[in-house]
Amino acid sequence: MSKFKTKKGKGSPAINTSSLPDIIFMLLFFFMVTTVMREVTLRVKMKLPQATEVQKLEKKSLVSYIYIGPPTNVAKFGTESRIQLNDQFARVEDVPEFVAREREARNEADRNFITTSLKVNKDTKMGVVTDVKQELRKAGAFRINYSTLKGKAKK
Amino acid sequence: MARRASPEINAGSMADIAFLLLIFFLVTTTMDVDTGITRRLPPPVDQPDDVKIKERNVLNVLVNKNDRLMVDGKPGDLATLKDVAKRFMTPVVPDDPSRPETEMKTIDLLGDIPTSKGVISLKNDRGTSYDMYINVQNELARAFNELKDEMSQNYFGVKFDQLIDEDKIDAINDAVPVRVSEAEPESIGDK
Repeated sequence: MSKFKTKKGKGSPAINTSSLPDIIFMLLFFFMVTTVMREVTLRVKMKLPQATEVQKLEKKSLVSYIYIGPPTNVAKFGTESRIQLNDQFARVEDVPEFVAREREARNEADRNFITTSLKVNKDTKMGVVTDVKQELRKAGAFRINYSTLKGKAKK
Repeated sequence: MARRASPEINAGSMADIAFLLLIFFLVTTTMDVDTGITRRLPPPVDQPDDVKIKERNVLNVLVNKNDRLMVDGKPGDLATLKDVAKRFMTPVVPDDPSRPETEMKTIDLLGDIPTSKGVISLKNDRGTSYDMYINVQNELARAFNELKDEMSQNYFGVKFDQLIDEDKIDAINDAVPVRVSEAEPESIGDK
């Protein structure tokens, strides 16, 4: 009777996976292109304030960052807000040198367009921020950006 | 003699290799866009208080170490700061001695328009929290942005941030200059 019935049964046929690498490669390239490696290790706690009127920071290559906040390692460095330049803590007096070095690292044509992004913890007191701003003024880095998250400001 | 066909390379593990790389980049990638409030610091001056600005042209905003506001000599509130700042910066056409001076400016694309000579002077204590400072800056920025939006809506029919033409953006920026001056810091006591 069942002359034409095959032994194989009704199992679904295997899915062709030969295009899987292509799909994965596509994703891979997407992430490779968009990825930005984190350059510094944060040594201060970062809880940015929120604001509504924010602008995007353009030309990331022309931005240098200054981090200010309470140290992550409380046992060793206390809770007073500290300044972090590149990978280490610094004093206010070190800011002009930092600015000069950042400027040195850029093209001559771009040097006047360097923006300094101040990433400051929201609980920091303005005293240290004011000091840094004064140093930036003296060093001639006039374009600054107060880094904030986009969101509803409280109060 | 028939050339022997080279055996096909097994591409089955290609996907695995790609996956490995993919996961690496997935983990290391950070997609955050930096946003913030952009300001321009004034160049350093040797002798502050050199420039005298008429008192009617200045709106004093002070923030003390308890994060309380003082606007124009009276205790202020963050909720009303935007409206006060906006009213202050709106040019008044028949000159009113209780409001800041107005000057006529000729700007390309806009023609002769009145612009306010008002300056908002922001002063903070060393003990002011950064959060409060940003909130105040944000409210002031909001006042200016609303003025720009209105101006842009009047002349070009679209909001300021929807303008594409650089010349139009420059024209509005000329008509509504963002004048937030930060006073020279004074040290009063310590912290």
